Amino acid sequence: MSENVGIVIVSHSADVARGTALMVEQMVGREVPLGWCGGDPDGGLGTSVEAIMKAIDRAWSERGVAILVDLGGAETNSEMAIEMLPEERRGRVVVCNAPVVEGAVMAATEAASGATLEAVRRTAEELTPI
Amino acid sequence: MMIDSQARKLLFETVAQRVIASADELTDLDRAIGDGDHGTNMRRGFEAVLTTVDELSAKNLGESLRGLGTTLVMKVGGASGPLYGTLFMSLGKSLGDEVSRERVADAFAAAVEAVKARGKSDVGQKTMLDVLAPVLEVLREGGDGLPLRLKAAARDAAEKTIQMRAIRGRASFLGERSIGHMDPGARSSALIIDAIADVMEGFA
Repeated sequence: MSENVGIVIVSHSADVARGTALMVEQMVGREVPLGWCGGDPDGGLGTSVEAIMKAIDRAWSERGVAILVDLGGAETNSEMAIEMLPEERRGRVVVCNAPVVEGAVMAATEAASGATLEAVRRTAEELTPI
Repeated sequence: MMIDSQARKLLFETVAQRVIASADELTDLDRAIGDGDHGTNMRRGFEAVLTTVDELSAKNLGESLRGLGTTLVMKVGGASGPLYGTLFMSLGKSLGDEVSRERVADAFAAAVEAVKARGKSDVGQKTMLDVLAPVLEVLREGGDGLPLRLKAAARDAAEKTIQMRAIRGRASFLGERSIGHMDPGARSSALIIDAIADVMEGFA
Protein backbone atom coordinates (compact mmCIF):
# COMPACT_ATOMS: atom_id res chain seq x y z
CA MET A 1 0.00 0.00 0.00
CA SER A 2 1.46 3.32 -1.11
CA GLU A 3 1.06 6.61 0.71
CA ASN A 4 0.65 8.50 -2.54
CA VAL A 5 -2.45 8.93 -4.67
CA GLY A 6 -2.47 6.48 -7.58
CA ILE A 7 -2.73 7.38 -11.27
CA VAL A 8 -4.59 5.45 -13.97
CA ILE A 9 -4.17 6.17 -17.69
CA VAL A 10 -7.00 5.13 -20.02
CA SER A 11 -6.56 5.54 -23.76
CA HIS A 12 -8.29 4.04 -26.78
CA SER A 13 -4.81 2.94 -27.85
CA ALA A 14 -2.63 0.59 -25.78
CA ASP A 15 0.42 2.29 -27.34
CA VAL A 16 -0.69 5.73 -26.16
CA ALA A 17 -1.48 4.42 -22.67
CA ARG A 18 1.85 2.59 -22.39
CA GLY A 19 3.81 5.55 -23.79
CA THR A 20 2.11 7.92 -21.37
CA ALA A 21 2.87 5.53 -18.49
CA LEU A 22 6.55 5.54 -19.49
CA MET A 23 6.57 9.36 -19.46
CA VAL A 24 5.00 9.32 -16.00
CA GLU A 25 7.56 6.84 -14.70
CA GLN A 26 10.35 8.99 -16.10
CA MET A 27 9.12 11.84 -13.89
CA VAL A 28 8.21 10.02 -10.69
CA GLY A 29 9.81 6.57 -10.91
CA ARG A 30 7.93 4.15 -8.67
CA GLU A 31 6.80 6.74 -6.14
CA VAL A 32 3.26 6.76 -7.50
CA PRO A 33 1.13 3.63 -7.95
CA LEU A 34 0.40 3.47 -11.67
CA GLY A 35 -2.06 1.56 -13.81
CA TRP A 36 -2.81 1.90 -17.47
CA CYS A 37 -4.92 0.28 -20.15
CA GLY A 38 -5.83 0.80 -23.77
CA GLY A 39 -7.79 -1.09 -26.37
CA ASP A 40 -11.19 -2.76 -26.52
CA PRO A 41 -11.82 -6.30 -25.18
CA ASP A 42 -10.54 -7.78 -28.49
CA GLY A 43 -7.37 -5.70 -28.55
CA GLY A 44 -8.58 -3.17 -31.17
CA LEU A 45 -8.80 0.57 -30.56
CA GLY A 46 -11.26 1.33 -27.76
CA THR A 47 -11.66 1.01 -24.02
CA SER A 48 -12.89 -1.73 -21.74
CA VAL A 49 -14.61 -1.41 -18.36
CA GLU A 50 -13.04 -4.68 -17.24
CA ALA A 51 -9.52 -3.47 -18.11
CA ILE A 52 -10.13 -0.11 -16.41
CA MET A 53 -11.26 -1.86 -13.22
CA LYS A 54 -8.06 -3.94 -13.26
CA ALA A 55 -5.93 -0.83 -13.83
CA ILE A 56 -7.62 0.89 -10.86
CA ASP A 57 -6.82 -2.16 -8.79
CA ARG A 58 -3.13 -2.05 -9.81
CA ALA A 59 -2.89 1.67 -9.00
CA TRP A 60 -4.91 1.36 -5.80
CA SER A 61 -3.95 3.62 -2.94
CA GLU A 62 -5.95 4.20 0.22
CA ARG A 63 -5.58 7.92 -0.54
CA GLY A 64 -7.41 7.49 -3.83
CA VAL A 65 -6.86 7.14 -7.56
CA ALA A 66 -7.00 9.79 -10.29
CA ILE A 67 -7.92 8.60 -13.80
CA LEU A 68 -6.77 10.38 -16.96
CA VAL A 69 -8.71 9.60 -20.16
CA ASP A 70 -8.43 10.51 -23.82
CA LEU A 71 -11.75 10.54 -25.73
CA GLY A 72 -15.46 10.21 -24.83
CA GLY A 73 -15.72 6.42 -24.60
CA ALA A 74 -12.75 6.31 -22.24
CA GLU A 75 -14.54 8.76 -19.95
CA THR A 76 -17.91 6.96 -20.07
CA ASN A 77 -16.26 3.59 -19.50
CA SER A 78 -14.16 4.96 -16.63
CA GLU A 79 -17.23 6.41 -14.91
CA MET A 80 -18.98 3.07 -15.35
CA ALA A 81 -15.93 1.23 -13.96
CA ILE A 82 -15.96 3.48 -10.87
CA GLU A 83 -19.63 2.69 -10.25
CA MET A 84 -18.91 -1.01 -10.42
CA LEU A 85 -16.15 -0.84 -7.78
CA PRO A 86 -16.81 -2.05 -4.23
CA GLU A 87 -18.64 0.69 -2.35
CA GLU A 88 -15.74 1.49 -0.01
CA ARG A 89 -13.54 2.33 -3.01
CA ARG A 90 -16.08 4.14 -5.19
CA GLY A 91 -15.81 7.53 -3.51
CA ARG A 92 -12.04 7.60 -3.74
CA VAL A 93 -11.63 7.45 -7.52
CA VAL A 94 -12.06 10.47 -9.80
CA VAL A 95 -11.88 11.08 -13.54
CA CYS A 96 -9.86 14.21 -14.36
CA ASN A 97 -11.05 16.56 -17.05
CA ALA A 98 -7.60 17.00 -18.61
CA PRO A 99 -5.61 15.98 -21.69
CA VAL A 100 -4.34 12.45 -21.11
CA VAL A 101 -0.57 12.88 -21.58
CA GLU A 102 -0.03 16.29 -20.01
CA GLY A 103 -2.63 15.57 -17.33
CA ALA A 104 -1.08 12.25 -16.34
CA VAL A 105 2.43 13.67 -16.03
CA MET A 106 1.25 16.71 -14.03
CA ALA A 107 -1.06 14.62 -11.83
CA ALA A 108 1.67 12.07 -11.08
CA THR A 109 4.19 14.78 -10.25
CA GLU A 110 1.71 16.33 -7.84
CA ALA A 111 0.84 12.90 -6.39
CA ALA A 112 4.55 12.18 -5.80
CA SER A 113 4.69 15.19 -3.48
CA GLY A 114 2.12 13.50 -1.23
CA ALA A 115 -0.75 15.71 -2.35
CA THR A 116 -4.41 14.82 -1.71
CA LEU A 117 -6.63 13.32 -4.42
CA GLU A 118 -8.43 16.65 -4.82
CA ALA A 119 -5.13 18.52 -5.26
CA VAL A 120 -3.94 15.95 -7.79
CA ARG A 121 -7.16 16.31 -9.77
CA ARG A 122 -7.00 20.12 -9.72
CA THR A 123 -3.38 20.11 -10.85
CA ALA A 124 -4.24 17.87 -13.77
CA GLU A 125 -7.22 19.97 -14.74
CA GLU A 126 -5.45 23.32 -14.45
CA LEU A 127 -2.17 21.95 -15.80
CA THR A 128 -0.23 23.96 -13.22
CA PRO A 129 1.10 22.85 -9.84
CA ILE A 130 -0.94 24.12 -6.90
CA MET B 1 -48.86 -10.28 -18.35
CA MET B 2 -46.14 -12.71 -17.27
CA ILE B 3 -42.76 -12.93 -18.95
CA ASP B 4 -41.45 -16.45 -18.27
CA SER B 5 -37.99 -17.85 -18.95
CA GLN B 6 -38.97 -19.02 -22.44
CA ALA B 7 -40.22 -15.53 -23.33
CA ARG B 8 -37.08 -13.97 -21.85
CA LYS B 9 -34.87 -16.25 -23.91
CA LEU B 10 -36.78 -15.46 -27.11
CA LEU B 11 -36.59 -11.74 -26.35
CA PHE B 12 -32.84 -11.70 -25.65
CA GLU B 13 -32.01 -13.96 -28.59
CA THR B 14 -34.09 -11.95 -31.03
CA VAL B 15 -32.57 -8.64 -29.94
CA ALA B 16 -29.05 -10.09 -30.04
CA GLN B 17 -29.51 -11.73 -33.45
CA ARG B 18 -30.96 -8.58 -35.02
CA VAL B 19 -28.13 -6.40 -33.72
CA ILE B 20 -25.51 -8.91 -34.86
CA ALA B 21 -27.14 -9.20 -38.31
CA SER B 22 -26.94 -5.41 -38.74
CA ALA B 23 -23.42 -4.99 -37.36
CA ASP B 24 -21.93 -4.05 -40.73
CA GLU B 25 -24.60 -1.42 -41.33
CA LEU B 26 -23.95 0.09 -37.87
CA THR B 27 -20.23 0.18 -38.51
CA ASP B 28 -20.78 1.90 -41.87
CA LEU B 29 -22.95 4.56 -40.22
CA ASP B 30 -20.32 5.05 -37.52
CA ARG B 31 -17.53 5.25 -40.08
CA ALA B 32 -19.30 8.24 -41.66
CA ILE B 33 -19.47 10.36 -38.49
CA GLY B 34 -17.62 8.51 -35.72
CA ASP B 35 -14.79 6.07 -35.16
CA GLY B 36 -16.32 3.21 -37.14
CA ASP B 37 -16.56 0.65 -34.36
CA HIS B 38 -20.22 0.70 -33.31
CA GLY B 39 -21.18 -2.46 -35.21
CA THR B 40 -18.09 -4.39 -34.14
CA ASN B 41 -18.61 -3.35 -30.52
CA MET B 42 -22.32 -4.18 -30.45
CA ARG B 43 -21.67 -7.51 -32.17
CA ARG B 44 -19.09 -8.45 -29.54
CA GLY B 45 -21.47 -7.50 -26.72
CA PHE B 46 -24.49 -9.34 -28.08
CA GLU B 47 -22.46 -12.41 -29.04
CA ALA B 48 -21.51 -12.57 -25.37
CA VAL B 49 -25.23 -12.31 -24.54
CA LEU B 50 -25.99 -15.25 -26.87
CA THR B 51 -23.35 -17.47 -25.28
CA THR B 52 -24.90 -16.92 -21.82
CA VAL B 53 -28.55 -16.63 -22.88
CA ASP B 54 -29.73 -19.82 -21.13
CA GLU B 55 -28.12 -18.80 -17.88
CA LEU B 56 -29.41 -15.22 -18.24
CA SER B 57 -33.00 -16.08 -19.06
CA ALA B 58 -33.23 -18.65 -16.24
CA LYS B 59 -33.15 -15.77 -13.75
CA ASN B 60 -36.22 -13.64 -13.05
CA LEU B 61 -36.88 -10.72 -15.39
CA GLY B 62 -35.23 -8.07 -13.23
CA GLU B 63 -32.07 -10.08 -12.61
CA SER B 64 -31.82 -11.25 -16.20
CA LEU B 65 -32.09 -7.67 -17.53
CA ARG B 66 -29.43 -6.56 -15.06
CA GLY B 67 -27.25 -9.48 -16.17
CA LEU B 68 -27.76 -8.53 -19.81
CA GLY B 69 -26.76 -4.94 -19.00
CA THR B 70 -23.65 -6.04 -17.13
CA THR B 71 -22.61 -8.25 -20.06
CA LEU B 72 -22.92 -5.28 -22.42
CA VAL B 73 -20.95 -3.04 -20.05
CA MET B 74 -18.11 -5.55 -19.86
CA LYS B 75 -17.99 -6.72 -23.46
CA VAL B 76 -19.08 -3.93 -25.84
CA GLY B 77 -16.02 -1.73 -25.44
CA GLY B 78 -17.15 1.68 -26.77
CA ALA B 79 -19.26 4.26 -24.96
CA SER B 80 -22.26 2.26 -26.20
CA GLY B 81 -21.36 -0.46 -23.65
CA PRO B 82 -22.06 1.68 -20.59
CA LEU B 83 -24.98 3.41 -22.35
CA TYR B 84 -26.89 0.27 -23.37
CA GLY B 85 -25.68 -1.47 -20.22
CA THR B 86 -27.18 1.33 -18.12
CA LEU B 87 -30.45 1.14 -20.10
CA PHE B 88 -30.91 -2.59 -19.42
CA MET B 89 -29.60 -2.49 -15.84
CA SER B 90 -32.03 0.31 -15.05
CA LEU B 91 -34.94 -1.63 -16.61
CA GLY B 92 -33.91 -4.64 -14.54
CA LYS B 93 -33.99 -2.59 -11.35
CA SER B 94 -37.60 -1.53 -11.95
CA LEU B 95 -39.22 -4.62 -13.48
CA GLY B 96 -40.52 -7.83 -11.93
CA ASP B 97 -41.79 -10.87 -13.85
CA GLU B 98 -45.33 -9.55 -13.84
CA VAL B 99 -45.44 -6.63 -16.28
CA SER B 100 -48.08 -4.27 -17.59
CA ARG B 101 -47.77 -1.48 -20.15
CA GLU B 102 -47.85 1.11 -17.36
CA ARG B 103 -45.07 -0.64 -15.43
CA VAL B 104 -42.91 -1.01 -18.51
CA ALA B 105 -43.51 2.66 -19.41
CA ASP B 106 -42.46 3.77 -15.91
CA ALA B 107 -39.39 1.51 -16.00
CA PHE B 108 -38.49 2.72 -19.47
CA ALA B 109 -38.84 6.35 -18.40
CA ALA B 110 -36.41 5.74 -15.53
CA ALA B 111 -34.03 3.92 -17.90
CA VAL B 112 -34.06 6.82 -20.38
CA GLU B 113 -33.19 9.20 -17.53
CA ALA B 114 -30.34 6.87 -16.50
CA VAL B 115 -28.97 6.88 -20.06
CA LYS B 116 -29.14 10.70 -20.11
CA ALA B 117 -27.11 10.84 -16.90
CA ARG B 118 -24.58 8.26 -18.08
CA GLY B 119 -24.00 10.05 -21.38
CA LYS B 120 -24.38 13.57 -19.94
CA SER B 121 -26.69 14.05 -22.87
CA ASP B 122 -30.27 14.95 -23.71
CA VAL B 123 -32.80 14.71 -26.51
CA GLY B 124 -31.91 16.70 -29.64
CA GLN B 125 -28.17 15.97 -29.65
CA LYS B 126 -28.22 13.26 -32.34
CA THR B 127 -27.90 10.24 -30.07
CA MET B 128 -29.81 7.08 -29.11
CA LEU B 129 -31.94 9.31 -26.86
CA ASP B 130 -33.56 10.76 -29.96
CA VAL B 131 -35.08 7.31 -30.57
CA LEU B 132 -35.68 6.25 -26.97
CA ALA B 133 -37.60 9.43 -25.99
CA PRO B 134 -40.24 9.26 -28.77
CA VAL B 135 -40.61 5.51 -28.18
CA LEU B 136 -41.31 6.27 -24.51
CA GLU B 137 -44.06 8.71 -25.55
CA VAL B 138 -45.82 6.05 -27.63
CA LEU B 139 -45.42 3.52 -24.83
CA ARG B 140 -47.03 5.96 -22.42
CA GLU B 141 -49.97 6.61 -24.75
CA GLY B 142 -50.69 2.89 -25.12
CA GLY B 143 -53.75 1.98 -27.20
CA ASP B 144 -54.31 -0.29 -30.18
CA GLY B 145 -51.56 -1.68 -32.37
CA LEU B 146 -48.86 -0.71 -29.90
CA PRO B 147 -46.02 -2.90 -31.30
CA LEU B 148 -46.48 -1.52 -34.82
CA ARG B 149 -46.64 2.04 -33.54
CA LEU B 150 -43.51 1.52 -31.43
CA LYS B 151 -41.66 0.24 -34.50
CA ALA B 152 -42.82 3.15 -36.62
CA ALA B 153 -41.89 5.67 -33.93
CA ALA B 154 -38.41 4.18 -33.58
CA ARG B 155 -37.80 4.04 -37.33
CA ASP B 156 -39.05 7.60 -37.94
CA ALA B 157 -37.05 8.95 -35.01
CA ALA B 158 -33.84 7.32 -36.27
CA GLU B 159 -34.49 8.85 -39.73
CA LYS B 160 -34.89 12.26 -38.11
CA THR B 161 -31.36 12.12 -36.70
CA ILE B 162 -30.07 12.42 -40.29
CA GLN B 163 -30.93 16.12 -40.26
CA MET B 164 -29.57 16.74 -36.79
CA ARG B 165 -26.21 18.15 -35.83
CA ALA B 166 -24.27 16.05 -33.31
CA ILE B 167 -23.64 17.69 -29.94
CA ARG B 168 -22.33 14.67 -28.02
CA GLY B 169 -19.87 11.90 -28.84
CA ARG B 170 -17.22 11.59 -31.51
CA ALA B 171 -19.63 12.84 -34.20
CA SER B 172 -19.73 16.25 -32.49
CA PHE B 173 -16.12 16.82 -33.64
CA LEU B 174 -17.51 17.05 -37.16
CA GLY B 175 -19.84 19.95 -36.33
CA GLU B 176 -21.97 20.81 -39.39
CA ARG B 177 -20.52 17.85 -41.28
CA SER B 178 -22.37 15.47 -38.96
CA ILE B 179 -25.60 16.60 -40.68
CA GLY B 180 -26.78 14.26 -43.44
CA HIS B 181 -25.91 10.98 -41.71
CA MET B 182 -28.07 8.84 -39.44
CA ASP B 183 -26.72 8.51 -35.93
CA PRO B 184 -25.44 4.93 -35.43
CA GLY B 185 -26.70 4.79 -31.83
CA ALA B 186 -30.14 5.94 -32.95
CA ARG B 187 -30.10 3.17 -35.56
CA SER B 188 -29.07 0.46 -33.09
CA SER B 189 -31.76 1.65 -30.65
CA ALA B 190 -34.36 1.44 -33.43
CA LEU B 191 -33.17 -2.11 -34.25
CA ILE B 192 -33.57 -3.15 -30.62
CA ILE B 193 -37.05 -1.59 -30.31
CA ASP B 194 -38.03 -3.27 -33.60
CA ALA B 195 -36.89 -6.67 -32.30
CA ILE B 196 -38.76 -6.22 -29.00
CA ALA B 197 -41.94 -5.16 -30.83
CA ASP B 198 -41.72 -8.21 -33.09
CA VAL B 199 -41.47 -10.47 -30.06
CA MET B 200 -44.51 -8.67 -28.57
CA GLU B 201 -46.46 -9.34 -31.75
CA GLY B 202 -45.33 -12.93 -32.04
CA PHE B 203 -43.41 -12.26 -35.29
CA ALA B 204 -40.06 -13.42 -34.01
